[in-house]
Amino acid sequence: MVDRAKTSEDRRTDASGTEEMRATRDWVKRKFFGETIIDVKALDFFYGKNRALKDVSMSIPKDGVTAVMGPSGCGKSTFLRTLNRMYEVVPGARATGDVRFQGENLLKTDPVVLRHKIGMVFQRPNPFPKSIFDNVAYGPRVHGLKNRKKLTPIVEHSLKRAALWDEVKDRLKESAFSLSGGQQQRLCIARALAVTPQVLLMDEPCSALDPKASDRIEHTARELSEDLTVVIVTHNLQQAGRVSDHVSVFLAGGELAEFGPTRDVFDNPNHPQVKSYLEGRFG
Amino acid sequence: MGGCCDDRGFGRDSGVTSGEVRDHGTNRQKRSVAQRIAFVVLGIGSLFGFFFLGFILYWIIRQGAPALSWQFLTDVPRKMATEGGIAPMIVGSIYLTAGALLVAMPFALGSAIWLSEYAWKGWWVRAIRIGVNTLAGVPSIVFGLVGLGLFVYALDFGVSLLSGACTLAMLTLPILIRASEEALRAVPRSFREGSLALGATRWHMIRTVVLPSALPGILTGSVLGMARAIGETAPIMFTATAFLLTQPYPHSLFDKVSTLPYHLYALVQFNPHYNETKHIQYGIVLVLMIVVTLLNMTAIVWRIRARRSKAW
Repeated sequence: MVDRAKTSEDRRTDASGTEEMRATRDWVKRKFFGETIIDVKALDFFYGKNRALKDVSMSIPKDGVTAVMGPSGCGKSTFLRTLNRMYEVVPGARATGDVRFQGENLLKTDPVVLRHKIGMVFQRPNPFPKSIFDNVAYGPRVHGLKNRKKLTPIVEHSLKRAALWDEVKDRLKESAFSLSGGQQQRLCIARALAVTPQVLLMDEPCSALDPKASDRIEHTARELSEDLTVVIVTHNLQQAGRVSDHVSVFLAGGELAEFGPTRDVFDNPNHPQVKSYLEGRFG
Repeated sequence: MGGCCDDRGFGRDSGVTSGEVRDHGTNRQKRSVAQRIAFVVLGIGSLFGFFFLGFILYWIIRQGAPALSWQFLTDVPRKMATEGGIAPMIVGSIYLTAGALLVAMPFALGSAIWLSEYAWKGWWVRAIRIGVNTLAGVPSIVFGLVGLGLFVYALDFGVSLLSGACTLAMLTLPILIRASEEALRAVPRSFREGSLALGATRWHMIRTVVLPSALPGILTGSVLGMARAIGETAPIMFTATAFLLTQPYPHSLFDKVSTLPYHLYALVQFNPHYNETKHIQYGIVLVLMIVVTLLNMTAIVWRIRARRSKAW
């Protein structure tokens, strides 16, 4: 991985001639070498005896959107779930390595505390069978905030950030299941935002939605990334291209083949398999 | 009938001539005759179940319906239970089963939550499961004797409502555990993950998401447990009941009670006036059947309603 990154850096230098390209590269460098929020080093992951991730290292930059891509079964969801320790719900799953977040190896911290800071949105919208208000207020209530007067502004703010407020402001007491699929997913985003996480993990958040709803989610993710780090798993190349600043591509076997600014990786992939993946020849 | 048409279709499609086909043809006819006979025999067999149910219902209603009256349901037994009503037995049955539920529910819920939410697969979990299933298969008279030894004598509750409720609780425990565990397991994983991902502890998740979603199923299971317990005689006849009560209604947990099945048992077994009390016997059975049917129907209605309101 390190070697490959180096060669790609070299090639980029060789390829850069025009002023415009240099400007792009500077922007890219700023993004790439900017502040890191999660630093993954030598991460291995096992389901029982099966190795799902192989020696993964990457620095997820602070703010912006980082996309995680790859063919099915390459471990991209697993990777996402190590970042908030959600893999622990699967018996026999274990991760080794050093995943730095706020100066600590998050694999060794208290997952309950960690999940306050790293939120998650799942593949299928999974609102609780409660009212819209109670769904969003769930997180703050977990933290011990019971006062409805204090909860109301949090709920409103979260729903606004998830671009759902206008659609639901008059029916906060209705069941979350009265919403459409896309609205439910935005409700889940609002629910995650209500605990003010620093990182929002999104596990193929649009895979169960129609194009229009997907578009709104993408838009929301972009807007959120102004002051929040979004890590999004997607198998949709166009989506990754539209939404992300950085992209990492995993290959079958759980190997990280490529990581860098999205435009760079898309225009100029190093790894031959990533190249054919991006050209749509497999995965 | 359907098979007959299929056969014809098959014959046409095969399009082969000569004696071979005729052989197949006769064979087929033989086989279809055998098939038809089998259908009829099996059909009659299945009718038997229906027939017995119908017969029992008919018999009970015919014999018991004349005994049913407002007085029968609200009066106390009179003249060595040859006259009067069965109100104390109805009350006793309700007290005992409700008591059993109250005693068993905390244990059942606790072990169901542990089994479905906390326990990893392992030999002890398997052992507990086998234990629970075996408990369901223990003959009810065994519970009666154990209850007598444990609650009546060892814990000195005496022959009382409390002893009976505790004994019945042991009997209903496996039903309640299984029903509750099933209801808990039916709660989708996505709810749990959603809750955990927000930084909830496992217990908080269970309390706020899993239990509320499983509650209809747990209630349904407890009603079915009640329906099972209300018909039992053996576990309570040593521990809770008396035929001729000194007071018709219990005033405390340590009083004796009588129940519908026990009263019937006593009427038939010990009462010299068998024929005079026949209408009362069938009246009791009819009331018992109605109560059990109502309980089961309640469970079914709850289940349907819970399923309909589920959006997942």
